Amino acid sequence: MRWLTWLWREIWPPTVFLALLVGAWSVSITLFDIKALILPRPGAVFGWAFQNRTDLLQSTSITAQAAILGLLCSLVVGTLVAMVFASSGIIRRGAYPYAIFLQTVPIIAIAPLIVIWFGHGMGSVVIVSFILSVFPIITNATTGLMSAEENLEELFQLHNATWLQTLLKLRLPSAVPFILAGLKIGAGAAVIGAIVGEFFVGYSAEQFGLGYLIRFKADSNRTDELFAAVLASTSLGVVIFALASGLSRFVQNRWFAETAAPQ
Amino acid sequence: MTETTPLIQASDLVLSFRPDQPILCDIGFSIRDGEFVTLLGPSGCGKSTLLRLIAGLIEPTSGSLTLAGKPPKLARQTDQRVGIVFQDPVLLPWRSVERNIQLPCEIAGHRQSVSTEALMKLVGLDPADARKRPSELSGGMRMRVSLARALVTQPGLFLLDEPFAALDDVLRQQLNEELLRIRQQQGCTTVFVTHNVSEAVFLSQRILILSSGPATIAAEIEVPFGYPRDAAIKGSARFAKCVQDASERLRGAATCVG
Repeated sequence: MRWLTWLWREIWPPTVFLALLVGAWSVSITLFDIKALILPRPGAVFGWAFQNRTDLLQSTSITAQAAILGLLCSLVVGTLVAMVFASSGIIRRGAYPYAIFLQTVPIIAIAPLIVIWFGHGMGSVVIVSFILSVFPIITNATTGLMSAEENLEELFQLHNATWLQTLLKLRLPSAVPFILAGLKIGAGAAVIGAIVGEFFVGYSAEQFGLGYLIRFKADSNRTDELFAAVLASTSLGVVIFALASGLSRFVQNRWFAETAAPQ
Repeated sequence: MTETTPLIQASDLVLSFRPDQPILCDIGFSIRDGEFVTLLGPSGCGKSTLLRLIAGLIEPTSGSLTLAGKPPKLARQTDQRVGIVFQDPVLLPWRSVERNIQLPCEIAGHRQSVSTEALMKLVGLDPADARKRPSELSGGMRMRVSLARALVTQPGLFLLDEPFAALDDVLRQQLNEELLRIRQQQGCTTVFVTHNVSEAVFLSQRILILSSGPATIAAEIEVPFGYPRDAAIKGSARFAKCVQDASERLRGAATCVG
């Protein structure tokens, strides 16, 4: 029952807000006589989305797969890079500025390049998604790996721990909350990356993700359908962020048993 | 006292991180096997740093320091087992109580010769709490886990860096008494760091008083009590005299900044 109360408390304010927003959207179209090409009616958007729900869901699931794969690659590669950064000051100082490139590079400029290199397939989409989501994981994991309690480092040293033992038994577990925070930040970026990637990749005509759908609808001036695709993309971003958040909360509770009642 | 070779021997010990600012200066002392020695000094004078030198966690700038005849780090890596307790219990929050206690043996690859249950009983923990996480324990219980962890390798040298400074007076006294009982059973050489005079007198056989910045050994006091001791000695005139004596010398050490 408690989760129902929680759901109720968490769900109704955004629902009311959404209803007000859709209402204002609808009213302003009538009030200012806005053409459907500029701003379609909510009914038209949701109607189209409902009629084409199978196609829309298929596109969403293709994008979701690419985004999740990209995010998982970021998690693994980002943590490995962070291990190298955390264990060598010289490598960290030398390579960190270039890791920032991943964050500052205009992704729409290099996405076509990645398609040239890796072809018109899901692989390129995953790579773009990875590039956008890996940086927060690298920075957070590096901070986390270097944040182990100094006295604990001394304890490991006192018992003649090897570098690998200190990494696996102390630094990596200490970094888990930081890595999860990075994963949460990276989650939204992974979805944007997947959509930008699809924008340029396209896939085959029968199977395409939301990015290609958005581009196709924009090019053919189907504003109502474009709106539906954008709504689906945004919702996907929220869902993947929620998944990362949920995973993070689950692991933290399990890992640190923070919910256990102290006496 | 019979003449035995000292376990720890320091002479002309100097430590400085910057050439013009020594932290420790001309320190010399020796600690016999099985002795309980307290390093007493004002806050921030370098007592904990000296303890880390003894543990071989840092290297002296000059002078000699040996643990069982070898440089401490080498001694630790060959045959000397050292246990340490910090002011903060610093347990791994993702490990249960028992797995925290077993950590040093696990790292060093030693076979654990005392059972975790026996250790928990020794430090006054209920073995039923073995599966609990540190976050489920009170501050005093966490400190007990930390003590058990330091004893799991059966160390020949037991180092304590202001372990009870953050606890309330009642708990502190209780843990002091238990520390003496544990040490009686284990018989390990113990070096205890504190800035609390009464605690130093209550626990140790000998007190080394450190002056502040740069730290040197300003005085040495023999405590005229044998073991076992209990809280009753705190009421005696001899105890008061000894505390007063140590306090005066500590005050003297704190003011004569060189």
